[in-house]
Amino acid sequence: MKKTLILTTALTGFAFAAGAEEITVMSWGGAYAKSQIEGYHKPFTEKTGVKVISVDADNPATPIKAQVEAGNVTVDVVDVEYPDAVRLCDEGLLEEIDPSILPPGADGTPAEEDFLDGAISDCLVTTIVFSTLYGYDSTKFEGEAPSTIADLFDMEKFPGKRGMRKAPKTTLEMALMADGVAPEDVYEVLETDEGVDRAFAKLDTIKDNVVWWEAGAQPPQLLADGEVVMTTAYNGRLFNAAVGEGQPFVMVYDGQVMDYDGYAIPKGAPNLERALEFLVFATETEQLAEQAKWISYGPARKSSAPFVGLYQDGKTEMGPHMPTSPENLEGALTTDYEFWVDYNTELSERFNAWLAQ
Amino acid sequence: MSDASTVPDQTGPLKTADGKPLKSALAAAQAHRTRRAFYLVAPLLFFVLITFLLPIGQMLTMSVNNSSFYSWLDRDTGEKIPLMVELREWFDETPAGTEPDEAAYAALVSGLVHARDVKAAGQIGTRINYDVSRTRSLFTKTARKAPKMEPPYKEALLDADEDWANPRLWGAMRNASKAFTIDFYLSALDRTRDDQGNIVKIDEERAVYLLLFKRTLIMSALITFMTLLLGFPIAHLLAILPLRHSNLLMIFVLLPFWTSLLVRTTSWIVLLQSQGVVNDLWVSLGIISDEGRLQMIYNQTGTIIAMTHILLPFMVLPLYSVMRPIDPSYVRAARSLGATSWTAFRRIYLPQTIPGIGAGGLLVFILSVGYYITPALVGGSTGQLISNLIAFHMQNSLNWSLAAALASLLLFCVLLLYWLYDRLVGIDNLKLG
Amino acid sequence: MALPIYATPLERIWYYTFRVICALIFLFLIAPILIVIPLSFNAEPYFTFTEKMLALDPTGYSTRWYDLLLTFGMAQPDVVRDSSWWADAWANSAWINAAKNSVIIGFFSTLLATFLGTLAALGLSRPEMPFRRVIMAVLISPMIVPIIITATGLFFFYSATGLANSYIGIIMAHATLGIPFVIITVTATLVGFDQTLTQAAASLGANPTTTFFRITMPLILPGVISGALFAFVTSFDEVVVVLFVAAHDQQTIPRQMWNGIREQISPAILSVATILVIVSIALLTTVELLRRRSERMRGLTPG
Repeated sequence: MKKTLILTTALTGFAFAAGAEEITVMSWGGAYAKSQIEGYHKPFTEKTGVKVISVDADNPATPIKAQVEAGNVTVDVVDVEYPDAVRLCDEGLLEEIDPSILPPGADGTPAEEDFLDGAISDCLVTTIVFSTLYGYDSTKFEGEAPSTIADLFDMEKFPGKRGMRKAPKTTLEMALMADGVAPEDVYEVLETDEGVDRAFAKLDTIKDNVVWWEAGAQPPQLLADGEVVMTTAYNGRLFNAAVGEGQPFVMVYDGQVMDYDGYAIPKGAPNLERALEFLVFATETEQLAEQAKWISYGPARKSSAPFVGLYQDGKTEMGPHMPTSPENLEGALTTDYEFWVDYNTELSERFNAWLAQ
Repeated sequence: MSDASTVPDQTGPLKTADGKPLKSALAAAQAHRTRRAFYLVAPLLFFVLITFLLPIGQMLTMSVNNSSFYSWLDRDTGEKIPLMVELREWFDETPAGTEPDEAAYAALVSGLVHARDVKAAGQIGTRINYDVSRTRSLFTKTARKAPKMEPPYKEALLDADEDWANPRLWGAMRNASKAFTIDFYLSALDRTRDDQGNIVKIDEERAVYLLLFKRTLIMSALITFMTLLLGFPIAHLLAILPLRHSNLLMIFVLLPFWTSLLVRTTSWIVLLQSQGVVNDLWVSLGIISDEGRLQMIYNQTGTIIAMTHILLPFMVLPLYSVMRPIDPSYVRAARSLGATSWTAFRRIYLPQTIPGIGAGGLLVFILSVGYYITPALVGGSTGQLISNLIAFHMQNSLNWSLAAALASLLLFCVLLLYWLYDRLVGIDNLKLG
Repeated sequence: MALPIYATPLERIWYYTFRVICALIFLFLIAPILIVIPLSFNAEPYFTFTEKMLALDPTGYSTRWYDLLLTFGMAQPDVVRDSSWWADAWANSAWINAAKNSVIIGFFSTLLATFLGTLAALGLSRPEMPFRRVIMAVLISPMIVPIIITATGLFFFYSATGLANSYIGIIMAHATLGIPFVIITVTATLVGFDQTLTQAAASLGANPTTTFFRITMPLILPGVISGALFAFVTSFDEVVVVLFVAAHDQQTIPRQMWNGIREQISPAILSVATILVIVSIALLTTVELLRRRSERMRGLTPG
């Protein structure tokens, strides 16, 4: 017993030795986490001296829910997609954030007007607009190259393996758009049983040729390794592989699915005050713009736009690579978060069953 | 000791030096030794109770836990707050299938108002959504409107959404009000309840668990067979070679055994992926074309190949330990009596190896039924086993009760096999290299 | 077994075919483990042998992936490699931290498993042990019960008791998983144990403690050590429990590998794999030497 006691003391001592003042931020890993480390974490540490630890998850919303429900929260700030934030907030798993603590934009616009429509919700402050789209390896197609969402599902014209996200969200929308449903009708169709059947029928046509991915860092890797010839991915990941690493990847904006993503604070976060401080700091005009220099996600404040110039390589103009850039908006779909709050469980169930069959 | 008591003795029972009857003294000594032996085991037994048996027991209770409809944990105070109190009373007072009356609707509205106040509407909706899909937002949306509702409540609710009249919804709420439920086991067996509360199969396109259980068993059987097919010849070779040689060859079996599971899985990814070593080799040999590279990973094939490799040592070791002591003179005798070598093998050698086949086969089967890591990494969508689905519900969908129910069913299968193993082979005979 | 002189031609063919089949199976067993070693020295970020590698051109090989293991996660990987660079690597390199965690967790869980397991094995191998079969079955079960079930159970239990995200929690869990191996190896050693030796010691006046440390312990030590090595490997290789109950600062090597394999599978993973293969070769050699020593001591082995 005495031995265990000494052991306990020794180990807890070991654990606390590193813990001066720090907060833990959970995000999506890879190029996106890197953009946050450069855009938010490092400047925050410089300003306040608080160390920011970056932790990765495939989708941070799920471990957060598990942590809060099980009653052991280790994360202070979490980066989640909008629908997930609404759902977690509904279930009382996130701290509510008073919008009045957010400072006005650099041009003096009050925060509530400076942020994009609906970007501040009860528990979430949006940082970026991102999209899920598909890209291909240009060396694999001589002659005609894929250009529409339908081409992603066209095995005859463009043979080869596809990479797809192993989740119903965005996958089903893309299937319907490829099947000829106009972006504005997608959710209406998907609300009906026939619509869901139609989406799965479309997916059936490529099922045997799909490699499924779960973490955002996987699809660029699958493309680079030659495991697939085209894959869905988060636009920023493909951008970084193409522009940052010089891979021969081309993005197709037709049928892109846009969504908000931002910071929230889990209920019971161990360093609540510091977490709020970080959240406010990160969502200021300059920081949002700073992050956009590292990855092609659109900042959530309108006032950030003038500050976004070149990619960190110093020569690539970021503007045309943003999902929200006007020429990319044609054929784009914006996620209906209410739809996914409602249908996620059911469609996930169906998706899993479909996958296993 | 029993010998002592049966010694014929004319002068009454034997006594020890201090006058106690020998029989009871021996019994006391025996009891003392039994206790001593038990004391040696007790600390570990206690440890395993805490770190293993209790956690699993607790998880099993979670599979019948039904509290998310009527109990809410306030995370700021750590207090447990009862929900839907009046509605539960109404359910208690009325028999199943009762048409909900105004009192029921009133109870529901007050329950929703309260749930909204404590931010529990999402939890309630999630619980009912497990049974009746598309109801999660019904609860959250209506809860938002509920404070403004006025009697008659039935009308007010149906105004908000007609789905509130759905008898299945009421059936589900009634079910969710009970302290315990077997509904998660029903879900785990692809069953659900209809409007009348009868147990029925769910739609075919959403059925997945039975399929996965079946697939797990079939793939485990296949993997067991593959390990036997590959393990038998080399175990035989190891058994007939002189010890000096076989000890050396044994390294080929033991090194994989000692190598990290993740290393071996990584190796298979490297070997089998479409730009991997095997495909490259075949393309360069001209067996397949560069476009026709085979998909050997991220599907069932990948899972089977990698798991066969990983579990092969568990087959070879028991086989070897049974084959080694087999006396070669039996086979020679059969041959000298005119049997062909095939007959001698089939009639004389093979029957003697049955215990080894049984031991190795059961062990491999038990281990593969619960495999998680390898299928998760190389299984793609069709090579997933039931364990992967348990992990999915644990970590992604967060339907913990369903995960617990699936885990309980899997645990039951494994314990049954384990019991069989103990019966047929005996756990004492488990050997590791 | 040589080919007997009376073998028919068919049997001769079979004799050689059989050996070829066996050689192929041995290749199947060992090739996947050895293949990672040359590939981890690939100069290119691919998983196949490049032409330069096949031509044994030194420029086709490099240690860049081993270097990446050091620099991954460092604050300033690109500065001059002086003492502060090494201090940075020691403090921040993700793989070095994972290795530290693996060693800490492996060491303490092995200690715990070996101590408790050996004690229990001594009790279990006494003939007067009550409920021997049932207790044995319970103690071996952590090896049999699917790890995902154990991990699920531990997740809830640890969350409720505050053991989640602590070193103690993982150490206890890993010790539980290692215990069956200790029990199996130690009881196997005790099967051949000559009880008259302890009786002789007792009759010569040694008290039970002296008997244990002077007679029993040296004889079962090889079994205890190989049990301990098994327990260590079990912990060193375990990822599911760590996935479920460990916090981000308790990432072990397998956990880090799991991330790597799923997200950015680079030859860096192969260099870790190579290091782990070398570790396992070392462990296997130790166990084999111990086994032979133990068999010699008990006069069991003819060769």
